[in-house]
Amino acid sequence: MAVVGRSLLILGLCACLYGIGASIYGARGGGRVWVDSGRRAMYVLAGMTLFAFVILDVAFITSDFSYNIVATGSSTTTPTFYRAAAIWATQQGSLLLWVLLLSSWSSLALFLTRRRIPEIVPYAQAVLFALCTFFTGLNVLFANPFATSANPPAEGAGLDPLLRHTTMMIHPPMLYSGYTLLLVPFAFAVGALISGRLSAEWIQVTRRFALAAWLCLGIGILLGARWSYTELGWGGYWAWDPVENAALMPWLCVTAYIHSIMIQEKRGMLKVWNISLILTTGTLAIVGTFLVRSGILSSIHAFVSDPTLNISFVGLISVMVIGSLYLVIWRKDSLKTDARLDSLISREAVFLFQNLLLVALTAVIFWITFFPLISEAITGTEVSVGPPAFRPFVVPLAILVVLLSGIGPIIAWRRVTVAKLRRSLTFPAVVALAVLAVLLAFGSIGPHVFALLMFGAGAFVIAAVAQEFYRGVRARRAMTSESPPVALGRLVRRNRRRYGGYIVHAGVAFALIGVAASTSFQDSRTATIRPGQSVMIHGYKVRYVRATASATAQKLSFGAVLNVTSGGHHVTTLTTSYGLYPSQDPTQGPIGRFFNGSAESRVGLRAGLTQDIWAVINPNITPLQGLIQKGNAVLQKALTNALAQPPAARAQALNQLYQLRDIAIEKLTGRFVTNPWPATFLLIVSPLVTWLWLGAIMAAIGGLIALWPLPPPRRRRPALRQRRRELAPEPEVRARELV
Amino acid sequence: MDPSRKRAIRLTIALTVALLLASALVYTSFASGRDEFTASQLLKRAKPGNSYILAGTVLDGSVHRDGPVLLFRVRDPKLRMSVPVRYTGSVPDPFAAGRGVLVTVREGETSTFIGEPNSLTTKCPSKYQAAASN
Repeated sequence: MAVVGRSLLILGLCACLYGIGASIYGARGGGRVWVDSGRRAMYVLAGMTLFAFVILDVAFITSDFSYNIVATGSSTTTPTFYRAAAIWATQQGSLLLWVLLLSSWSSLALFLTRRRIPEIVPYAQAVLFALCTFFTGLNVLFANPFATSANPPAEGAGLDPLLRHTTMMIHPPMLYSGYTLLLVPFAFAVGALISGRLSAEWIQVTRRFALAAWLCLGIGILLGARWSYTELGWGGYWAWDPVENAALMPWLCVTAYIHSIMIQEKRGMLKVWNISLILTTGTLAIVGTFLVRSGILSSIHAFVSDPTLNISFVGLISVMVIGSLYLVIWRKDSLKTDARLDSLISREAVFLFQNLLLVALTAVIFWITFFPLISEAITGTEVSVGPPAFRPFVVPLAILVVLLSGIGPIIAWRRVTVAKLRRSLTFPAVVALAVLAVLLAFGSIGPHVFALLMFGAGAFVIAAVAQEFYRGVRARRAMTSESPPVALGRLVRRNRRRYGGYIVHAGVAFALIGVAASTSFQDSRTATIRPGQSVMIHGYKVRYVRATASATAQKLSFGAVLNVTSGGHHVTTLTTSYGLYPSQDPTQGPIGRFFNGSAESRVGLRAGLTQDIWAVINPNITPLQGLIQKGNAVLQKALTNALAQPPAARAQALNQLYQLRDIAIEKLTGRFVTNPWPATFLLIVSPLVTWLWLGAIMAAIGGLIALWPLPPPRRRRPALRQRRRELAPEPEVRARELV
Repeated sequence: MDPSRKRAIRLTIALTVALLLASALVYTSFASGRDEFTASQLLKRAKPGNSYILAGTVLDGSVHRDGPVLLFRVRDPKLRMSVPVRYTGSVPDPFAAGRGVLVTVREGETSTFIGEPNSLTTKCPSKYQAAASN
């Protein structure tokens, strides 16, 4: 099947090249039939890529180690769910997923636009094919997922234990969906520039793709943060790692774009800005993909360098940047608009400021992320920049963005009178000031001024959104006499874009309040204690009740049960463990390799609306090292003797030795319970972390509401007909009128 | 006021603010950044008493424990050269042979470098692994 898979990829590459040719020829006078043929080539590409993906995934599920990437990225001991998802934990498999998603979304976009904007579509189609050619070409030429080995190993290396987490398995497809969806509006923007059709049509056609990209990228970022919080054993959810930033930058840009296109749709303004913004966003999506796969940033941010991929990606990014600049400059006269801002106190002005802030945030993150490279180019030495470099800029900008997300939706387009402004802003402002006053009166804010400001800005947004919902429901009830829940439901259903957006704004405010609280007021402590001993943290007494241990074929686990009390009252019981997966390094010894492999922490977590209590154990297995070394020596000698025996006796002898080894490992692991030694715990109490997750879920729901299409006119027709019948005059009256 | 003059003033203010922010950003990044050294650079430039950020890959087969002390060698990503490190403190879960690390070190009395407690960080495990390592 590997041959079939590879053949499908080669045929896919041919389909891409044909698609480019057919689309351009069709656009340049060849006729509509060529454009349609090119579109069908995209469907074929999506189908072939899907087939190739299924072949590869079946190889992963059935542990067919003749495929090189199955041998390096999976094993028979990897649970089936993770085996099915391990395909995108490998470079080659993830590139195949990229092609699959890009061709699928492109097919959907081209299908939906097959009878619209005929001047733009052929060029957009050619751009989408060009991007598909690039990624399919990488799979065919440099990162072949169907490479096989004539002598496959009996067992694979297995999936990295830290990636065996449900969220981590969903996170990459969500991120890739976000990146690939962003390329749809990018391609249509290029098509609009080439064809010179620069009205808002291409924006209306691709708006949902931009929104879907925003949603998928946001969910991907959230899942990555959740994985970091519950799996990596450091207690945080965001580390300003280049890979995190790689997803955040296009997300910020597309957030700006979703807002600024409203100004073009309503007022015909910001044509240059919008087109430049989506071209930048599309390029950032490729930059993000490049960052994950290249080795351009060494240090903690270093990835394994692959010069071939690097050159290819740099080439693509250069073409995108230079091409975009050329097209925008070429069409600068057509992109001019006569409309100007009527007033700085208007919705479009607020959206514009918010756009500038979001782009400034992206620029700051881009600069600091790439600063090690910039510094190396200037000074010859690479430097390490961590979270402290980001905070002085990102935090104030984020507060302003949140504040404006509360002001923008509640003021009118064009111009607002002072009286109207006062009417709209009074309630949210009073709520925000009340929250600040309460926090200042009863809380100990200390030096965390920015956190306080974020709480105030967040309260303002939530109050503004609540006010808009209240006013909308009240107005609807005045007209229809519906009950409040019915009025609310219908209000949202009939104005999905608007009220979905409000829900997103409130969700983001909740999430950022959670971020501000959990980063500013977190209390953490590291303590080394024995069973029976206790430590205090944030007013809680944490008692190490007992040690736990287990040894399975997959991993060894050393854990602890912790009892948390406050003022003598039981609060919760936390269970944390530290898993050790066998190392493949033979120098660790036949027993030592089971104790010196990859580690994985299971977090003990009590999540609450007001605060999380979080704990991980580091069992420090040093007391076992002496016994492990002794066991290594004895077993190695016995294994050497067994291997020297005749083949008939060898298997039996080895089998016995492996059984003895397993017993020895079980006994050694069990000593953590029978003869417990002090273990080190990292304990963290973080306020409002749950607000981050709930706020993000709320924002995702709001995004879905805004994205959900309105019922098509055909489906609404029966209801309309019914209504018309009710309102229409009697037939004889109409007949009389006709006479 | 003449609208074109008004626009020019606004543009000047906006550009000045942008320039100030950009200058602050450049200054902060240089001020808060710390030089990183590979194994070969450290061997050439390290002076006793100074601390450095060592960046590289944990050499295969070099990880050992001596009581609470973690012993390992950090390899230069580009050259076949490595330096030994004695480290105490918290060890991140992703730490393993072959993985990229950053650790703050100072030169010890012997040729070993002493890691600053709790300064060891590893590269994110979500990155793709090398197709082949040497």
